[in-house]
Amino acid sequence: MHTFAELTIVFIILMDLALAVTGSLSSCIRLVALQGVVAGVLPLLAGHGAPHLRAVAFAAVIISLKGVIFPWLLMRARDRSGAGKDVEPLISYPASIMLCLGAFIASSWLGSRLPLPEANVAWIVPASLATIFTGFLLITTRRKAITQVLGYLVIENGIYIFGLALFVEQPMMVELAILLDVFVAVFVMGIAIFHISREFDHIDTAELSELSDWRRGEYGK
Amino acid sequence: MLLVLLSLVLLLASSMLALSLSRNPSRAQDAGAYGAVLASLCGLLPAGRVLFTGRTDTLSLPWPVPLGSLTFNLDPLAAFFLVPVFLLTGLSAVYGVDYLKSYAGRKPLGLAWAAFNTLTAAMVLVFTAANAVLFMLGWELMAAASFLLVLFEHEKAQARRAAFIYLTAGGTGALMLLAAFSLLGQASPSLDYSAFAPLTGHAASAVFLLALCGFGLKAGFIPLHVWLPEAHPAAPSQVSAVMSGIMIKTGVYGIIRVLGFLTPWQEWWGWTLLVLGAVSCLLGALFALAQHELKRVLAYSSIENVGIILMALGLGAVAAVNGAPVMAALAFAGALLHIFNHSLFKGLLFMGAGAVLHAAGTAELEALGGLGKRMPRTALFFLAGSAAACALPPFNGFAGEFLVYLGAFKSINYSGAPALAGVIAGLSLAAAGALAAAAFTRAAGAAFLGEPRTERAARTHEAGPLMLFAMGALALLCLLAGLAGPLLLLPLGSALASAFGLPAALEAVRASAIPLVYISAAGLLLLLLAGIAVARRRAFLGDKKPAAGLTWDCGYAAPSPRMQYGASSFAQPLTDFFQPVLRKIGQYPVISEYFPAKASFSTEAQAVFYNSVYLPVGARIRDLAFRFSWIQHGRLQIYIMYIVVTLIALLLWKL
Amino acid sequence: MEIVKTLFQFLAAALLAPLLPGVINRVKAFFAGRRGQPLGQLYYDLFKLLLKTPVYSRTTTWVFKAGPIIGVASLVTALALLPFAGRPSFFAFEGDFIFLIYLLGLARFATVLAALDTGSAFEGMGASREMQFAVFAEPAFFLGLAALARVTGQPSLAGMFGALTGDTWRTAAPVLALLTASFFIVLLAENSRVPADDPNTHLELTMIHEAMVLDHSGPDLAFILYGASLKLWLFGALICSTVLPRHTGSWASDSALFLLMMFGVAAGVGIVESVIARLRLTKVPFMLITAFAFSALALIFQMGR
Repeated sequence: MHTFAELTIVFIILMDLALAVTGSLSSCIRLVALQGVVAGVLPLLAGHGAPHLRAVAFAAVIISLKGVIFPWLLMRARDRSGAGKDVEPLISYPASIMLCLGAFIASSWLGSRLPLPEANVAWIVPASLATIFTGFLLITTRRKAITQVLGYLVIENGIYIFGLALFVEQPMMVELAILLDVFVAVFVMGIAIFHISREFDHIDTAELSELSDWRRGEYGK
Repeated sequence: MLLVLLSLVLLLASSMLALSLSRNPSRAQDAGAYGAVLASLCGLLPAGRVLFTGRTDTLSLPWPVPLGSLTFNLDPLAAFFLVPVFLLTGLSAVYGVDYLKSYAGRKPLGLAWAAFNTLTAAMVLVFTAANAVLFMLGWELMAAASFLLVLFEHEKAQARRAAFIYLTAGGTGALMLLAAFSLLGQASPSLDYSAFAPLTGHAASAVFLLALCGFGLKAGFIPLHVWLPEAHPAAPSQVSAVMSGIMIKTGVYGIIRVLGFLTPWQEWWGWTLLVLGAVSCLLGALFALAQHELKRVLAYSSIENVGIILMALGLGAVAAVNGAPVMAALAFAGALLHIFNHSLFKGLLFMGAGAVLHAAGTAELEALGGLGKRMPRTALFFLAGSAAACALPPFNGFAGEFLVYLGAFKSINYSGAPALAGVIAGLSLAAAGALAAAAFTRAAGAAFLGEPRTERAARTHEAGPLMLFAMGALALLCLLAGLAGPLLLLPLGSALASAFGLPAALEAVRASAIPLVYISAAGLLLLLLAGIAVARRRAFLGDKKPAAGLTWDCGYAAPSPRMQYGASSFAQPLTDFFQPVLRKIGQYPVISEYFPAKASFSTEAQAVFYNSVYLPVGARIRDLAFRFSWIQHGRLQIYIMYIVVTLIALLLWKL
Repeated sequence: MEIVKTLFQFLAAALLAPLLPGVINRVKAFFAGRRGQPLGQLYYDLFKLLLKTPVYSRTTTWVFKAGPIIGVASLVTALALLPFAGRPSFFAFEGDFIFLIYLLGLARFATVLAALDTGSAFEGMGASREMQFAVFAEPAFFLGLAALARVTGQPSLAGMFGALTGDTWRTAAPVLALLTASFFIVLLAENSRVPADDPNTHLELTMIHEAMVLDHSGPDLAFILYGASLKLWLFGALICSTVLPRHTGSWASDSALFLLMMFGVAAGVGIVESVIARLRLTKVPFMLITAFAFSALALIFQMGR
């Protein structure tokens, strides 16, 4: 069973790498959804014996939220805002993948340094840290607003897995709180993206900075 | 030892003789070349004996130098460096006779030979000195002699610029070495190596850093390499061979010696060496790929190889500090063996490039091509050298890198620092190897293969007999040293023992004879199989006569040599990929009409570090210096006043 | 007795290697709904080519003739290092896989120089691309072998594959799975199979490996084709030995299983070629960087264990 959980962790890391190199927005959304689903299944694999009913129900909620509702919202936002099909990275894909690998090396080093309770699945901490970093990577090096939402979701996945390492049986309270935040965030940003695109015909964050008074030098006039 | 001294005397005497015969170029050539060859033969004997017996040979003359004694010390480590010195300078001298012939009357050949032999003598002094004062004497003599040789074609602005950068680098390095040696000798009565008191803590680290920078400016690893790709191509080719083959190794020798004085080592020294080496070997190979001139390609390849050596030293140091003596011994052995091997193949390659330059009048890759038909022997030797430089078996470049790899793979039994160091070293070696293979197939292909791209290249001739002899001898040595890997372990072991101690680890080096025997056997098998393939091919052909035709041109009727894949186009996929590092400047044609008639395209490889690090820093320093220009009046009286004030101040301070 | 077995293994590999391209072609034909070439087509081709009289371009020198010879000689030498079903071949020593990588490098060096010797733009193009891919493939391959050495704690090929057992798959499944994936990608790129190159293309501009050997003919081309099949065998054998640890104790059944698996790998290559399209040329380095990432992940996993 634990070999299976380990393989799942590897799968999650591979999805991080895939997110770093995927150029298509829709497959990015799908990857994030898939990662959420896999992460949702993980607590059922990591525990001992048969999972509790409560855990199963919780996993079901998470999977439906991350696997169905979020991608649906995001796809809708993408279509309505006319965001185009590509993610438009600011750095090249090889650089992204090398950064991602470096992040994994750093997080495995960090994972061995953090004073954490012994996780019963190897690599759960490095994988979660690497996932969080991938989220940051998506937020910082991609041009579009929608990839920033995706980045937040990836970070949430990472935090979820991290929570799993800390409290194998009881990740729910923390998780529920974060999930709520993220849900609201996705919702708000979905609406925001939609409205911004209606006003400005694009959702390029670089151009949003044009809105700032300070950039134009009009500040204080 | 006396023989080494004799060779020193021979070198200095012949350089004086050559200088005095300046009027008669051919006599001066003879004097210089005979002196160099005889001195080499004289010197090889004692060096070989010390290496094979493992006994140190010391000669102390009753003539004290300031802060020490006039002592020469030929220990196995020094002997290990002296063997390539004598091999390479002897053969370079033979080569030089033919190479310099065409300069007779136009250039002061007597001076050139005097500088060349003085350079050799200075290197012998550097390696055998047992005293910091003697060492610095040899060091500065070496810098001065090689400076003169870089200025050989002083009418070219590029050579003057190169010589100026070289002089600056040499001066800075020597200053740092003076500081390092005075720190080392602070607690001891003299500057004899044997009298150095062991240092600890920050003082040791300061000495390490000073020595690393001072010697690094000679060894030419990145980022202290800026002078190297300028100066090496500027010198006459046999001098480039010596400079790249062995003179830059004096820097490595210095680092090894200083590491010997500074036991116990600190771990971060090893990491510094490892990271600098890894960066140098990767970037060196990458820059070599982007160069447009054959000798610059070779110069950057020297940076790569110095990087490999430095990385191996760093790997060894990290392993030794972390209690992995076997790994350390293998890495050090690999570093030393690669020093020897690199001197052979890089000497050969520079001589080959010199032959091209001599015959075609240029070494610009885009102006060459098809030389393999016109100078077949040079092409054969150059290709052998290229294969050795890419560390391809059965040539010698492989053996040294293989030992480093073996050391790196000992790390599979460790975790933590040695494991990480092993992975970094192995991976950098593999990646640099692949890049070097691309760089050398490109250089050799553009120069020797295909059709000549210019009229001038089509009218070239084979190199002179002495040049061919020197190159052939080196090529043969490259092959033999590649096949005789296990035999080289005995001298390697004694050099290693005298440099680093590590007695337990010597066993490991001897144990590495087993893989090396297998490698030699496999190398022989490879040659045998190639022989069988040749024979079978001949048998299949029988008395059929192969037809001669045109190269397949894809239906295009009139291919011209300009349509070949050139050096830039060959490298373009890789140089484009690494453009963020290479920052090559390109001018691309803009096509606006329907029938564009003429378009031009050019790319230029930048000296990235020089342009984006040294120039801005230099400009900043110059600005700072101008602030103090009020001190400079140009009036003698005031300068004398400065001196007097300084003297009085010092006197008061000492009171 | 051992030496007879070793000799038998070596001969089996040397003689059966040309069958692999046949298997690939049959699988592709099956997917395309054709009958396809005979399984042993490459044997006929080799025989035919050996009897032909070559044509040489007037531009070429000895380098052009030496290329195929050095290439095939270094690949046969590499075969003498390659374990067969986890058992050592003639040469097995510490660090032999490094020697193996450099032998492949020698073969590539000779082929590329031979291509440049023709002075043709197309062959130069092929040579340039081959070197470019090698720069990305070699570190991936090297790192993969390093990870394998770490998994098994053995520094030689025979040691690694001898120490791999079913137990290793139970304890280090993620690592081995990643390595297999990485090796497979490297196999596809190094043997100029579909996502990286198309062995069937007839347009010089899109060729990579084929473009380099456009001008070779007669026995020279036979050497090249045979060398290519040996290279495919070599990479296939590495994958097979990773995936298929020695299960039974007997030499005969192990060898039979290994051979079966080799044809399985060839069939896998055929399926990949049938179902996916060729990558855009500029994307091939990304594919190899992915292989590198797989190898690196495997190594990190193993080091952190």
